[in-house]
Amino acid sequence: MTMVSTPAWGDAQVSALDDDEVRRIRNDFPVLEQEINGKPLVYLDSGATSQNPRSVLEAEQEFYEQRNSAVHRGAHHLAVEATDAFEDARATVARFVGVQDDELIWTANATAGLNLLAYSFSNASVGRADGEAGRFALKPGDEVLVTEMEHHANLIPWQELCRRTGASLRYIPLDDAGALRLEEAARLMSARTRILAFTHTSNVLGNVNPVGVLVALAREVGALVVLDACQSAPHLPLDFKALDVDFAVFSGHKMLGPTGIGAVYGRSELLNAMPPFLTGGSMITTVTMEEAQYLPAPQRFEAGTQPISQAVALAAAANYLSETGMHRIALREAELGQRLVTGLSAIEGVRVLGPGPGEERTGLAAFDVAGVHAHDVGQYLDELGIAVRVGHHCAQPLHRRLGLSASTRASTYLYTTFEEVDLLVEAVAQIRPYFGVTAGATS
Amino acid sequence: MSGLDSLYQQLILEHSKTRSGGDLAKLPAAATGTPATGAPATGQSYTGQSYTGQSHQLNPICGDEITLRLSLGTAGGGQAVTEIHWDGDGCAISMASASILSEMAPGMSPVSLRHTIDHFRELMRSRGKLEADEELLQDAAALAGVAKYPARVKCAMLAWVAAEDALRQAEASQGVSRAL
Repeated sequence: MTMVSTPAWGDAQVSALDDDEVRRIRNDFPVLEQEINGKPLVYLDSGATSQNPRSVLEAEQEFYEQRNSAVHRGAHHLAVEATDAFEDARATVARFVGVQDDELIWTANATAGLNLLAYSFSNASVGRADGEAGRFALKPGDEVLVTEMEHHANLIPWQELCRRTGASLRYIPLDDAGALRLEEAARLMSARTRILAFTHTSNVLGNVNPVGVLVALAREVGALVVLDACQSAPHLPLDFKALDVDFAVFSGHKMLGPTGIGAVYGRSELLNAMPPFLTGGSMITTVTMEEAQYLPAPQRFEAGTQPISQAVALAAAANYLSETGMHRIALREAELGQRLVTGLSAIEGVRVLGPGPGEERTGLAAFDVAGVHAHDVGQYLDELGIAVRVGHHCAQPLHRRLGLSASTRASTYLYTTFEEVDLLVEAVAQIRPYFGVTAGATS
Repeated sequence: MSGLDSLYQQLILEHSKTRSGGDLAKLPAAATGTPATGAPATGQSYTGQSYTGQSHQLNPICGDEITLRLSLGTAGGGQAVTEIHWDGDGCAISMASASILSEMAPGMSPVSLRHTIDHFRELMRSRGKLEADEELLQDAAALAGVAKYPARVKCAMLAWVAAEDALRQAEASQGVSRAL
């Protein structure tokens, strides 16, 4: 069996979730019970958004029915209960990713988290660099380093930050198989590099990037490290402290939680030195007509009414994942990923992007069907009740690098069965014949 | 016929591969004032000058893309589309739709082309509630099944929106030319 190893949990002596457990897990997800076009739903789009177990749905409903109130203001009973629920949720989710409570900031999603960081650094660069904030200021000559495999959410905020500050954006290129060219990473990293932002696991390739190697390179030159954990937080046991990154972001809806909530992790001393991004109520100590003093993190970055019920529900999701066991989920998904890549690669005219069979891969696989556009592939699969993602998956530069404009992605989660993967593989094998594509045709 | 087979009718699959008009280079972009070329569809011969309009359309959701040129000439007593040529990248629906349009539009007057585009758009947006006017739409009536798949309507419309825009451009360049 293929090992999925990360430094944080490589020594864990646990087994993958087995088929019986997965069947029981499925009973917790009401949405999976339905039929599409008269066929059982085969949901292979968890990389886009995951489904919610009853415990998450009930947590949100229970909050609204029993404790709904504004938090961090008001002295009445409900306000206290709501504040406790909100902060307990923060503690639960912080523990889930191995950080302190005051190092976790709620955001709308991972995209909002990355923009929060970029705009805070931007503010530090334009006159808000008083005191310690100066260390985040960018100027012409400075560089921000990303990779060629980034989701647009971890690319465009940095492009825009560079445009506003005059800094330059560089990227670590990929080899033809889609892996980071680490020798280029070492070459590109210099004293000019102020920020290194990269994804933990690609939403298209399904690879796991070598966080330790990249962090070590960044440390040598004193660059801040931002980890996009949007695709790893739901699927791998994570400990941001052990990974030694400065910042990380993730989204609730990809990890069994509701939409509208995500989080930023930042090392405490960094968060408290950064200028705020969104300003307004709930994030201040003293306000005069001329200026304001700000609360320490996390409130410093949480202006306005927060996603309270979503936080409570996300904590329920983190609990569900922890109780199931993130190591066991990761091992199960590694098996699903191998089944996907092995099955799909064996079909004539199908090219799976990223790591090949036997190589480390998460539980997703994006692929190209020669001669059939991804949208037609997705339509064919939908007819069979199989839900996949088609298009560029918010990673246009990556697709361009691989010579494609679009691909089809099947992404699994803890509720995915081997039978579902097999149904997908069998269906994909029928697609080129259905569309009358002859052997040897290319897309 | 299953839902999928009504969407991907044989005619559509054939057009998605043959791609009539999928040869943009045959019609130069800067054709204002150049003589009309191409074989008239209805037997009349084109006289006078032709005017070419170009449009680029992109569906950012799926990345489908088309660059389409349409030329307008004088045939008989009035104006008519003389040729449509395009380059594109996209799904079977968008490519077939462009191919079908390229075959049926030459010979149509601007009024008639607009009328056809309007009906096609109405049909596509009907969620399957409207019947296709087969006489008007000819082969494009085969795309009627797309209306039941709202996510694919933009695919079918891509070339038609481009043709509508290119027609406007061609008329504008004609107007400019007359004014000079």
